[in-house]
Amino acid sequence: MEKRVRFKSSWLPWLLIAPQMAIVLVFFFWPAAQALRQSVMSQDPFGNNSEFVGLENFERLFADASYLESFKTTAFFSVLVAVCGLSIALLLAVMANRVLRGAGVYKTLLIWPYAVAPVVAGVLWLFMFASPMGVIAYWLRMLGLDWNHLLNSRHAMALIVVAAVWKQISYNFLFFLAGLQSIPKSLIEAAAIDGASPWRRFWTIVFPLLSPTTFFLLVINVVYSFFDTFGIVDATTKGGPGKETSILVYKVYYDGFKAMDMAGSAAQSVVLMCIVIALTVIQFRFVEKKVQY
Amino acid sequence: MNLKFVAVTLAAFFSLSAQAQTEIQWWHSMPGALGEWVNDLAKGFNASQSEYKIVPTFKGSYDESMTAAIAAYRAGNAPHILQVFEVGTATMMASKGAIVPVGKVMADAGVKFDSAAYVPAVAGYYTAPNGQMLSFPFNSSTTVFHYNKDAFKAAGMDPEKPPKTWTEVTQAAAKLKTSGHACPFTTSWVSWTQLESFSAWHNVEFATKGNGMRGIDTRLTFNTPLHVRHIENLSNMAKQGLFVYKGRGNAADATFVSGECAMTTGSSALYGSVKRNAKFVGGISTLPYYPDVEGAPQNTVIGGASLWVMSGKKPAEYKGIGQFFAFLSRPEEAAKSHQRTGYLPVTIASYELTEKSGFYKQNPGTDVSVTQMIRKTTDKSRGIRLGNFVQIRNIIDEELEQVWAGKRSAKESLDTAVSRGNEQLERFQKANK
Repeated sequence: MEKRVRFKSSWLPWLLIAPQMAIVLVFFFWPAAQALRQSVMSQDPFGNNSEFVGLENFERLFADASYLESFKTTAFFSVLVAVCGLSIALLLAVMANRVLRGAGVYKTLLIWPYAVAPVVAGVLWLFMFASPMGVIAYWLRMLGLDWNHLLNSRHAMALIVVAAVWKQISYNFLFFLAGLQSIPKSLIEAAAIDGASPWRRFWTIVFPLLSPTTFFLLVINVVYSFFDTFGIVDATTKGGPGKETSILVYKVYYDGFKAMDMAGSAAQSVVLMCIVIALTVIQFRFVEKKVQY
Repeated sequence: MNLKFVAVTLAAFFSLSAQAQTEIQWWHSMPGALGEWVNDLAKGFNASQSEYKIVPTFKGSYDESMTAAIAAYRAGNAPHILQVFEVGTATMMASKGAIVPVGKVMADAGVKFDSAAYVPAVAGYYTAPNGQMLSFPFNSSTTVFHYNKDAFKAAGMDPEKPPKTWTEVTQAAAKLKTSGHACPFTTSWVSWTQLESFSAWHNVEFATKGNGMRGIDTRLTFNTPLHVRHIENLSNMAKQGLFVYKGRGNAADATFVSGECAMTTGSSALYGSVKRNAKFVGGISTLPYYPDVEGAPQNTVIGGASLWVMSGKKPAEYKGIGQFFAFLSRPEEAAKSHQRTGYLPVTIASYELTEKSGFYKQNPGTDVSVTQMIRKTTDKSRGIRLGNFVQIRNIIDEELEQVWAGKRSAKESLDTAVSRGNEQLERFQKANK
């Protein structure tokens, strides 16, 4: 079956795509080009004198042991955010899909956190975990756990993961719910008649049919945890204790906007860009083959 | 192009207002009660004459307003006056084309300007090696010891006898803990209070070349046996629950004002907040020291911020800025600001005026910061001026957190902090040859 729409004129498709292309060029390609240019320059904060230094900024970066360490931190953080975010959202979507009464209310409440800015999300969770007044810190102490994300690196990591996941669940939920609703009911009914348990029906029918959605969300979540989470880190742990929660994008933000090291920050963002391009290519090449559309 | 466009827009906008005043934009980082103070200063100046109008704008925290101003400068749209925190001083000094020295602004404005009228320990920090004042010492604070007098009473201690030495601090903390305080002692600005001011207070160098005051080829030296001993001491206090780490920057301030922590070392400017918001009687004392160290106590180093004048503005505007700085330096204005905020007096005359008015007698403790600063400084205690200081302080925070968490020894952490910090100094030196 031919799904493609065919245009008769040759310029109309270009015209229709032009506004989107303009936005992509101005807001994505132009800043990316700027970052590339700045990463090979050495510049004072005011931009009064800049000098071409070649790859010096990159050499300095990779000579820094703490920078290499933060790759591990970032990988750990991203895997946690993607896995937790996707599985919790899937669970919620499956449950919301079965709700008959008041489904609209549930859905609205679950989508709400997406409207919250990352910094605000960070501050909200920080309040709840703030020792000794925060609600959750208080409960944890009653359970015998002395919560201290200022000095305990595991607690600090847990805090930023919780805040980052909470903010992203809504987005994942929305797509999973749409994906679930587009699964033909007849398939599930047929399996039910054949005697498959709900558990079996989910893993053999629903989950495989959701794989395009899951794959898309995996890419989006990895990009999210790589790029969009610096606000959460800045509001909660500031990369501490030590450098234990200093993920790559937070260091980009810190060096550029707090320490005024534009060149170093640009070099890091170029490295980050390469990582995400590589990850996305890998995902499309290898993971996509397992996806059934 | 850009500048012209902005100028035209601004001109069109302001021609609507009846008076043809020269507007002077002032970006600052003073929140809450201090923000009201800034607005009152502008109001006072605007009411005192009709030619110029100071427009203060709150631009977020110190680093946020500095970033905003740099972005604005790059776009040709910088403010006239920018408030920059002390750790940004070396960056501003190095950016020669972006700023106009305050000494020059005052001279060009025809304002009588005597640099000797300013408190040396304060103004000296913002003065170039050739004696020219580069920025206006607007709000300078120093590190002092704050304590909760009510908590002292409850623990059976004399509230009028605060601990003077670190041994006494430990003893007081132990008593406070026994009386039920979960957080006997904390500190804000760990690097500033426990290493920078600590060094000057004990008359030892924090960095070579007079702490960077004599040149940018300076290197860090805060891993001497004395520094290690002090950090070890704090680390032992942390293990016993006598010192509780409350986070980077000034995060610990709120825990003192709320009454959670009973003693803290921090900025003298915390005084205003304690007086306004605390439900207990606060006391201020000198920074604790080790009495067996020769030359201690010397003097502490300043913090806070100064006002920088940005380049590329009209002569009439610079004249207005000069007038405004002269207004801020008037003895009665400067004395009023000092008494209101707890920041150090800007001029010697304002200090004398405050003393004569009996303010220090009525508000015991407010003179602590002044007496800590108005001393003959030495080459080792004059101040600390380092490039990439923001990063160096961050490195110190990172390394010392490992000590408070009990993961690394004081010696190991200080050594690492020195070598990592020196990399930053080398880079700054290379970039500013």
